[in-house]
Amino acid sequence: MSITTPVSRRSFLIGSASAIGGLSLGFHVPFAGAAPAKTAQEVNAWVVVQPDDTVVIRIARSEMGQGTLTGLAQLVAEELECDWSKVTTEYPTPGQNLARNRVWGNFSTGGSRGIRESHEYVRQGGAVAREMLISAAAAQWKVPANECFAANSVITHRPSNRKVTFGKVATAAASVTPPKDVALKDPKQWKIAGKPLARLDTVDKLTGKQIYGTDLQLPGMLNATVRACPHFGGKVKSFDAAAITSRKGVRKVLQIDDATLAVVADTWWQAKTAMDALPVVWDEGPNKDMSSESIAEMLKGGLEAQDAFVQTTVGDAPGTLAKAKKTISAVYAYPYQNHATMEPMNATARYTPEKCEVWVPTQNGEASLAAAAEAAGLPVEKCEVYKLHLGGGFGRRGMQDYVRQAVLIAKQMPGTPIKMIWTREEDMLHGMYHPTTQCKLTGALDDEGNLTALHMRISGQSILAAVRPQGMQGGKDPVVFQGLNLTGDEGHLGYTVPNLLIDHAMRNPAVPPGFWRGVNLNQNAVYMECFIDELAHAAGVDPLQFRRKLMKNHPKHLAVLEAVAKGIGWETPAEKGRHRGLAQIMGFGSYVAAAAEVSVTDGQLKIHRIVAATDAGHIVNPAQVERQVEGSFVYGLSAALFGECTVQGGRMVEDNFHTYQVMKMAEMPAVETHIVPSGGFWGGVGEPTIAVAAPAVLNALFAATGKRIRTLPLKKHSLA
Amino acid sequence: MARLNINGTTREIEVDPDTPLLWVLREQAGLTGSKYGCGVAQCGACTVHIDGNPVRSCVLPVSGLTAEQKITTIEGLSKDGSHPVQQAWLKLDVPQCGYCQSGMIMAAAALLQTNPKPTDADIDAHITNICRCGTYNRVREAIKQAAAGLPAKQST
Repeated sequence: MSITTPVSRRSFLIGSASAIGGLSLGFHVPFAGAAPAKTAQEVNAWVVVQPDDTVVIRIARSEMGQGTLTGLAQLVAEELECDWSKVTTEYPTPGQNLARNRVWGNFSTGGSRGIRESHEYVRQGGAVAREMLISAAAAQWKVPANECFAANSVITHRPSNRKVTFGKVATAAASVTPPKDVALKDPKQWKIAGKPLARLDTVDKLTGKQIYGTDLQLPGMLNATVRACPHFGGKVKSFDAAAITSRKGVRKVLQIDDATLAVVADTWWQAKTAMDALPVVWDEGPNKDMSSESIAEMLKGGLEAQDAFVQTTVGDAPGTLAKAKKTISAVYAYPYQNHATMEPMNATARYTPEKCEVWVPTQNGEASLAAAAEAAGLPVEKCEVYKLHLGGGFGRRGMQDYVRQAVLIAKQMPGTPIKMIWTREEDMLHGMYHPTTQCKLTGALDDEGNLTALHMRISGQSILAAVRPQGMQGGKDPVVFQGLNLTGDEGHLGYTVPNLLIDHAMRNPAVPPGFWRGVNLNQNAVYMECFIDELAHAAGVDPLQFRRKLMKNHPKHLAVLEAVAKGIGWETPAEKGRHRGLAQIMGFGSYVAAAAEVSVTDGQLKIHRIVAATDAGHIVNPAQVERQVEGSFVYGLSAALFGECTVQGGRMVEDNFHTYQVMKMAEMPAVETHIVPSGGFWGGVGEPTIAVAAPAVLNALFAATGKRIRTLPLKKHSLA
Repeated sequence: MARLNINGTTREIEVDPDTPLLWVLREQAGLTGSKYGCGVAQCGACTVHIDGNPVRSCVLPVSGLTAEQKITTIEGLSKDGSHPVQQAWLKLDVPQCGYCQSGMIMAAAALLQTNPKPTDADIDAHITNICRCGTYNRVREAIKQAAAGLPAKQST
């Protein structure tokens, strides 16, 4: 890799962004300074081959650290039969997707769907391109195509042993009629997919060369920051622009909507410090008395309310519970969480009445395009979005509020590119928060310690009601029940309970909710897996034995649980002073489990070891799966140990990492990952394991201390 | 006006003296490898070396620096990514989103400079950077491999 200067990167970005039909906004430095766009040949939408045999694979989904870029490229390359060492990647733009009848399908990158939703058509893309390349070579040699085969970017005519590389026939291949329905390989035959290959996007992240949205430079660009009313539902009452307009570098002070002010300056630091100095009076709006306490009270009311949406029913749980000799009941609660991506929200926009362009780290390029068009007031055909690698997403960058803001600012300064970056404080105060819920669980045990009935009442916030109302089913939010359904990929229960009722009393506080990595599986796993542990202890049965009895009909759930039990050594005593806990759940198409080993000394929790298991059906890159599983414990345990956004006066209290503490190196346990694919299905990987992190540790904590923690985060409880 | 020695070159930079070093690096010097994460010295994404010591540049006004002090950023750690820490990172394929990694690498390189064989406790105490993707265990392993100076095992 050569070191490029900011200037050459700049010209590269602009040059490639305007290239049509060839490369879009590339993100690999090999292109910098070169001009491959002019000679590269698109074989089909997914595959571009350069004369030097470099294969450019188009990736529709966004890379935010989860490794989907590498995994999707492996799937295309596997079918293409290309030389992996010559593979590079690029993002097609959302505008190109629209213009080409959505040839790349869905751009949305969330719900651990990157691979599990697109594996079939991306492999088809690679397979079809391979057949087109073979046909072109066969035509050149005037031999039947079925006498030729492709391997390692070389096409060979078997009878004559003639050979030609992909780069030599790519142009001819592009005009071959694409075959329909090419047979895909059995995953057992994979040579590139399924292997623990290194990521394609590592090198530039080691030298500071990787360009994130915050790093973008465009000619004539100005910098901006925003401040929105911190009170949810509040507005700007007044502000004194004159107080800061004469500050050095300040170009414009403006209000972009009812609640939001912006400062544009030569540098971001000038914009930020000017904003800090801007006198503002907020109209605190209708929610100024809202607090974490008032929200908790509201949700508490839902635990016994009659107005609940029923999702899961088996037998007669209420009747059985009413007659049961022994019932156990507990109430749990899960707080608001902020995504806290390391890269704060940002977007760069350039507006003219003829064209609006946005450069943005986004989990959904098409939604960014729609948001840009709406904010610009232009038809979508006159807008374009160039995606950049994300400095973390976790669901936050599926929302488009920051794209809208950047365009609204740019619209006030036509022709000037405006890079808008939020402060960390803005990011913390204007999240799309992991929703808050409470849950009351009541279970009945018979004389033999069998679970005969269970009622699980969830009370709290719906994400869909706020962000995707079209996904609601007759007022019910089905996503609330992730992991608690009787069937389905988004999470079906691993327990057979003869009398079961799971319902939801929807209570929506005026705090904007969003999809937060793991979504509702997170709290549902805490509720279910900790309560199952409570039932086991009440029945006087070992928690693993107790679960085994309930899981006879759920072999995939049980297999991952057995894998972690074996890995942690459940059947053998732990070292003195150490204690263990288990959890399992199914969600995002995959079966996951975790076992934790902890100790508590002088009230201090130490997590010594985590064993995790994942069955995602087919595994595209085990090395990346391992990283996602490890990372899931950082995200899940940060929430369990420290994570809480507190509401006071209708706004969030925590505004930076000194108050919104997250896990660091010293708290990080060793994680041993078992990948146990059973094949036959395609599950997600980025999210499900987060859900088992907290309950495994909480159950181990109970084993260690006898204290049942039912309200997160742990930092609020004394363990002494 | 500030006179700063950045990656071996002394530059005169026209800037308000209160400006934190991070923003001078990013906006005046064109070195965007050092990242803004929190602005309050909590996350470490802005970590650079000053005379070899790790410093959180987001809270250090350039007025506090002299041209005699050597500032090293991720761009200046090595010419070609060949620093042993970068090499260990490459072999273990450490980064996920990568945003925090410049700061992580700079913090790790500074630790190894003063403590060539850090223990786990040393690593815990000195690497206090935040990573939200969850690369900590690989960061730890990469520091140990860089310390060992041995060929790192292939990442799996």
